[in-house]
Amino acid sequence: MIQFQFERASTVKAAVNAMVNNANAKFIAGGTNLVDLMKRNVMTPAKLIDINTVPLGNIQQLQGKTSIGALALNSQVADDKLIQEKHPLLAKALNAGASAQIRNMATVGGNMMQRTRCAYFYDTALPCNKRQPGSGCGALEGVNRMHAIFGASEQCIAVHPSDMCVALVALDASVVVAGPKGERRIPFGEFHRLPGSQPDKDNNLQNNELIISVEIPDNEFNRNTHYFKVRDRASYAFALISVAAALHMDGQIIKEARLAMGGVAHKPWRLTDAEKSMVGKRANAETFQQAAEIAMQGAKAYKHNAFKLKMGPNVIVEALKNAAGIV
Amino acid sequence: MLTGSGSIVLTALSITVITMNSNKKSNQSKNEDNHESRRDFLKTSSILTAIVVAPSTVSKAAEFNLGEKINAAFETTPVNLTVNGIKKQLTIEPRSTLLDVLREQMDLTGTKKGCDYGQCGACTVHVNGQRVLSCLSLAVMQEGKQVTTIEGLAKGEELHPMQQAFIKHDGFQCGYCTPGQIMSAVACINEGHAESKEDIKEFMSGNICRCGAYPNIVKAIQEVKNGGQKS
Repeated sequence: MIQFQFERASTVKAAVNAMVNNANAKFIAGGTNLVDLMKRNVMTPAKLIDINTVPLGNIQQLQGKTSIGALALNSQVADDKLIQEKHPLLAKALNAGASAQIRNMATVGGNMMQRTRCAYFYDTALPCNKRQPGSGCGALEGVNRMHAIFGASEQCIAVHPSDMCVALVALDASVVVAGPKGERRIPFGEFHRLPGSQPDKDNNLQNNELIISVEIPDNEFNRNTHYFKVRDRASYAFALISVAAALHMDGQIIKEARLAMGGVAHKPWRLTDAEKSMVGKRANAETFQQAAEIAMQGAKAYKHNAFKLKMGPNVIVEALKNAAGIV
Repeated sequence: MLTGSGSIVLTALSITVITMNSNKKSNQSKNEDNHESRRDFLKTSSILTAIVVAPSTVSKAAEFNLGEKINAAFETTPVNLTVNGIKKQLTIEPRSTLLDVLREQMDLTGTKKGCDYGQCGACTVHVNGQRVLSCLSLAVMQEGKQVTTIEGLAKGEELHPMQQAFIKHDGFQCGYCTPGQIMSAVACINEGHAESKEDIKEFMSGNICRCGAYPNIVKAIQEVKNGGQKS
């Protein structure tokens, strides 16, 4: 690992100030992805700003919403009584990600900021527009089994690896961030971005902004939820495809639905048209199959990931059936 | 994490590149007649690297031709750790991982370096009672924390119940992953994530055992969880 300067910030203001005029500085919290990337020389910050003593670890119920501090650990959120009761989809998604050790280190903010696990991004001997803009996309004509089927560009077909973010986008969360000019809120669906012609930019956070918290509005999705993750082994692997499904049911009738996919795009992929298609309908295989067909419209596969076109609707239907309790 | 055929092809590509580099290196050493020139080469190249990547203090050191003294110009920092109940003050580089500090500076080699990239769990230790990966933890960030390694589990000559259970149930073959497995297993029970066989398998998935001792590891954890009643 290269040398870097190290400093600590213990308030939001100090952290944001430490970032001003430091384009090549990075915040570090759990470090589970950044340290890994620094060891491989994929990321080479000149300075690390340790934010672990900034008091941002609280999980609390506010008026009409649940607030989760950016430094709350993934394991802390997954085991939290309030989260398990009000937002079980989030707890399930968190427990589907990484390992117990990593969840004890990784924070909510860090989970959102993690980089893609595309092998071309990780291997500095190979081209990657995300790591080195202009060098080309190795995955486009290369080994692209894990890659995107939605929203990709000729510049980048990588996927965002988070499970937590798939649940948060389904639950209509907002991201609260602080910068030199104060705080702003970003709807979760607009936090991460599609690659377009700038795949080096994963999200819409400015370099001098710090994630403060994530807010989930109160909802009726705590009884019928399921997070279904398909991967190469039973646990501790990134998703080939994952689906977060949540239903607000009135008897057998769906009053409202939420659906999002992971492992398919450069950002957690919300499926609003498929959600709408289920409203007012009976929760059964036919309704879910139809929603899955709508969800997969516009999907495009590459040489090695065509299986995702078939797997996608199957995972959606299974997730919805489990959420509805009809398996 | 690389999986499946993708990683095989990529690994093959990387090997090609590495082979090319090592060919270059061996040609170079053939051309070098004595050790002196090799040392000069290393010295120069390390300064060049430093200029490209280093903080300003280091660039200055290079400007002033400090040569071999360059390492001293890198900032080191003191860190206070309590390791297995003993308070230590260490001087470390910010880039040192907790794993390397434990093994290289404190001679606590029970904690193993497996993948060094957070994929295998061999380096699992407890920090403030929580299991974490020491390979992905910067030591400088553990200031004031309590670290427990495999060496800190036994009470004198008396093994920790989990260590005894691993021996009893043959929970290892080569033993390389075992310190990490045991640290993880102790935490797994403390967290309340060892309620069933399925629970144990899920919450122990961060510890890879290439010998495949998994069924026996699960048995060992179940025995300790049940207070030694089941065997």
